[in-house]
Amino acid sequence: MELKEKAIVLNEKDNVATALADLEAGSTVELDADGKLLTVKVTERIPFGHKFSLTHIEQGGPVIKYGEVIGRATTAINAGDYVHVHNVVSTRGSTGAEGGAE
Amino acid sequence: MSFLGYPRPDGSVGVRNYIGVISTVSCANDVAHWIAQQIKGTAPFLHQAGCGQLRSDLEIVTRTLASVGQNPNLAGVLLVSLGCEGTDVDRIEQEIAATGRPVKKVVIQKAGATVALNEGLLIAQALVSEASQIRPQEFDDSQLVVGVKCGGSDTTSGLASNPAVGAVCDIVLDNGGTCIFGETTEFLGAEHILARRAVSKSVADKILKIVDAMEKRAIACGGDMRGGNPSAGNIAGGLTTIEEKSLGAIVKGGTRPIQNVYEYGERIQGKGLFIVDSPGREPEFLTALAAAGAQVALFSTGLGVPQGFPFMPVIKVTGNPVTFQRLPDHIDMLVEMTAGKGSGLKASGERIYQEVLAVASGKQTKAEILGYGNFPGLYTFGPII
Repeated sequence: MELKEKAIVLNEKDNVATALADLEAGSTVELDADGKLLTVKVTERIPFGHKFSLTHIEQGGPVIKYGEVIGRATTAINAGDYVHVHNVVSTRGSTGAEGGAE
Repeated sequence: MSFLGYPRPDGSVGVRNYIGVISTVSCANDVAHWIAQQIKGTAPFLHQAGCGQLRSDLEIVTRTLASVGQNPNLAGVLLVSLGCEGTDVDRIEQEIAATGRPVKKVVIQKAGATVALNEGLLIAQALVSEASQIRPQEFDDSQLVVGVKCGGSDTTSGLASNPAVGAVCDIVLDNGGTCIFGETTEFLGAEHILARRAVSKSVADKILKIVDAMEKRAIACGGDMRGGNPSAGNIAGGLTTIEEKSLGAIVKGGTRPIQNVYEYGERIQGKGLFIVDSPGREPEFLTALAAAGAQVALFSTGLGVPQGFPFMPVIKVTGNPVTFQRLPDHIDMLVEMTAGKGSGLKASGERIYQEVLAVASGKQTKAEILGYGNFPGLYTFGPII
């Protein structure tokens, strides 16, 4: 199945997009964020189904998908950076054993 | 829009016209199974509960079986009882009879399984003959009661199939119908959104309470639900936190107000969108939907799952094209990966809604044709004693 879009932004408030195909480092992705066209150059390889940032996110800043906070950045994240467990923690009470914030 | 259904004396509308052969305790399963194997037009409901359980669990079993027997897809019920079970068989019989359906009973301990089988075969045959005379009629789609579920989730679930199923919920509700969702475990981290959609503070509080209780039960067993959730597989698939997973899961319930929260095994009253407190595992949750009164279940999947249910059609929808190709005998529909937003989402929702109406009107699902789904579960909390 050929996809027209290489990544998807699910809500206009989102600061991350989800890759709909494996994206190579340095590739440029055009996105339609609720009618607003964005161009993002990914800084790392982004596997299918994984996320990258649309903007700069401060350390401790909210990571937003589906228009909701899905976690907080543990380091500053730049536009195009890979966003996953290495730089995001849950804001919901985890035991802290895996670095989650209470 | 409309669909063909079977009118029931209690005012509900069935989309199938089975005689339910309901085992009231695990030790009666074999006779119920034998009868259902032999008599066309029956559907078995077998399970492992009903004896050697705490009183609070036996209450859940009794209430669930009584509700299952009142599902609109059943024209009548044959109860298969052992005789000494902890389940309150008289109450099940009375509650089903109160809906105007014929309900009969055979008891194994009276004269043995062969006699109960013989009696049961004759009773089931007569009940099917009676049911076969009910003619399907056209009903407005405001009479639809659709249950929704996700399972075997992968990245495509949150991106495509769950939003598409959510869009169907919105259509059903906007047309005056009813939708039911649950899987309390996967509200964790997204319960505040569901609570905001509750029609009142008391309903919002109920949503928060069932999530808290589910979490505490898991912790009481020595585990932390969030330790393994998102799982390694979820993380490998790109899901980073439990919030993200739950946010992807709850979209299958659409966007409309939540009218009320029901306990597991309760039958839903009224119209609109409802939550039933339940685990996410398929056999137990599909039973909760059938007990709640769902005529049809819409099942969103990523990796692909085979489950059906004995008398409630289950429509499988995936957003994963590989799964759709790999499991042609299980998956009913494929939605586009970009279905999660905008006009694509609306189109996917409408396409699935047409399939719901077709299945309601008699079109067989893959699981029905395959005969998959004869082993439902029944969820209880406590130990087997």
